[in-house]
Amino acid sequence: MQRELLTGNGAAAWGARLARIEYLPAFPITPQTEIIETLSQWIDSGEMDCRMVTMDSEHSMITAAGAAAVTGVRACTATSSQGLLHGMEMLYTVAGWRAPFVLINVSRGLAAPITLEPDHNDILSARDSSCIQLHCSTCQEVVDHMLIAFRLAESEEVRLPVIVNLDGFYLSFTREVVQLPDPQAADAFLPPYPSSSSLRFRAHEPVSAGVAVLGGSTYSYFRYQAHLASLQALPRYEKICLDFANIFGREYGPLEEYRNEDAQYVFVMIGSYATKAKQAVDSLREAGWKIGLVRPRMLRPYPEAPLCAALQGKKGVAVIDQNISMGKGGILYTELKSALYGHPGAPLLASFIGGLGGRDIKEEEFFEMATVLKQASATATPPPPRLLYTEEEMREMRALQTIAGAIPTVQGESR
Amino acid sequence: MYRIRFHGRGGQGVKTASRILGRAFFKEGYDVQDAPRYGAERRGAPIFAYVRASRTPIHERGIIQRPDCIVVVDDTLMPVPAAAILQGCEQKTLVLIISDLPAEKWTHRLQIQGKVLCLPKSVAGKGSPLLWGMACVGAVTRLLGVLSREALTDALRQELVTLDSAAAEQSSSTALQYFDKMAATQIVIQESSPAAATTYTSPRWLDMPMEIGPQTAPAIYAGATSEKLATGLWRTQRPIIDYTVCNRCWWLCSTFCPEGAIHVDSEGFPQIDYTHCKGCLVCLVQCPTHAIQALPEQEASRLSGEEK
Repeated sequence: MQRELLTGNGAAAWGARLARIEYLPAFPITPQTEIIETLSQWIDSGEMDCRMVTMDSEHSMITAAGAAAVTGVRACTATSSQGLLHGMEMLYTVAGWRAPFVLINVSRGLAAPITLEPDHNDILSARDSSCIQLHCSTCQEVVDHMLIAFRLAESEEVRLPVIVNLDGFYLSFTREVVQLPDPQAADAFLPPYPSSSSLRFRAHEPVSAGVAVLGGSTYSYFRYQAHLASLQALPRYEKICLDFANIFGREYGPLEEYRNEDAQYVFVMIGSYATKAKQAVDSLREAGWKIGLVRPRMLRPYPEAPLCAALQGKKGVAVIDQNISMGKGGILYTELKSALYGHPGAPLLASFIGGLGGRDIKEEEFFEMATVLKQASATATPPPPRLLYTEEEMREMRALQTIAGAIPTVQGESR
Repeated sequence: MYRIRFHGRGGQGVKTASRILGRAFFKEGYDVQDAPRYGAERRGAPIFAYVRASRTPIHERGIIQRPDCIVVVDDTLMPVPAAAILQGCEQKTLVLIISDLPAEKWTHRLQIQGKVLCLPKSVAGKGSPLLWGMACVGAVTRLLGVLSREALTDALRQELVTLDSAAAEQSSSTALQYFDKMAATQIVIQESSPAAATTYTSPRWLDMPMEIGPQTAPAIYAGATSEKLATGLWRTQRPIIDYTVCNRCWWLCSTFCPEGAIHVDSEGFPQIDYTHCKGCLVCLVQCPTHAIQALPEQEASRLSGEEK
């Protein structure tokens, strides 16, 4: 195994290369483009045996990846933000075809207004598409999860697209030390696709894939099968992670639990910002706190039982959502609350919205969230949802609004 | 953990410098994180990049808030508020600036808390702004006191692999020359520990008020707001009109200027608005009488006496 310095985009490209992808339909968008650039250079130099096609849009790109996958070709593609939204119609469709391919999404906040930096409203818009979602927090996880994702997508009981998510900038353009899997070991871990029982395109044995189904009864069967397959992806992922650990020595699972065992208070969040929470946990522990981090790696299927077990008996949990569902609030918070409903000994939950559009979450904000959580737990009163936004930011906003000729009228106090 | 932030302009090797330093740390067995951050991806626009290095796994992520060292590859950025160069500068921070001004001038002018060290432009990279990033990374590598010349040499070879051999050689020798030069100084960049949870200052969070009306949409109602952005600060080359050669055609340069930064005065002479001219030099190419010449921005501002 070779130690290398790789960006998140470089790690994703290496993952696709080690998975020996055969087909790469592509369309550019920041901050994902570097993945495609890297792969195209390898294809051009002959280091990869893969067909790359530049498509006219993400809509065509996802269609092409799905079509290749159902005809027995290992396909991979990548997008971000508006690109994912543009391909959304086909994302639902190819998932309905039960097409096993891997889509890399490099998270970036959605327009309007525009940002290049990350939040999770792009990937969460694909939440109900039947695609499996794996969320990475380091460049190491990105390369490893590319291999895991293909195993998961292609396994007989799953057969769904898998989205590997990494945050723009904080991972995509950030170089870190990565243990690059050895190609022979990667081959041993990820057998060629398709397996013998798979659909494989042969001109003399025509098969219609993705046929139209009209009517609710047949429709219900297929839709529920996709749901059951998604649920099955959880134990399947656990099993694949065990195989991975046996070969490569790195352990993964639906949750990462960091110093959670004796923790009374817990941060829950996904993605690369969660490593910042680890740093905060270390600092808080040094100051005498019993606090930890629980980070779902897998978000669809939702790791409900593992989460309930990990949070059982805790005093308080701060859910930090780098997303917002307008008119409801943080999506992770909402889902966790539903998972814990009715569980005896469920912890108090506090909702924080932070890191929208790449806004940083500072060390002192993690410390303050812990303090708010502790106070709320002591009185058993959940605090109102809190947007991480400071008076200084508001002053800067007002300065911009003055230039733009747009000073809004304040309407009472609300959140 | 070491935390180093590089500031400069697109084209001055700022990202490359951060990668070279990151690679040198990696060679010495450190855990490393390096990353660039840019808005407008354009030559001359302000960019920065940062490096973290530690003997233990790094969990911090994103922009460095409290740097141990701030490297300023281009001193014309020092007063630009948007570049936020001195953000998080503390007493222990070393501020390394490519500048012909004495360090005390900068300390006094910008009330800099940390130590300031200036490397003269004329010497750094033989005066070429494209090599200043290399001079900086060589100097910083030495000032850290924990990285060997061999690690730097290896890092340069690996990170400059996309350059042609002459350019790579010139960049490498500049960096190594500055590594050697710093042997004479007593300054050492000190690493610092993470923020303590016992002594932090609470963030002044605000309860977001609901506001009404179309003003809460991301729209700009006022006209000509782009005038407020001094894009002239992006310029690395300055077009200068020789009015003895200009034939007052009155329209070519001003029409082709993509920024609308050339207007024609009442006598029919074009006048360049240097506050907004980005130095693209389209005017220079268009002028039929070759009345427009380009000068490197540093030299132009020196000649016109703008630099004190």
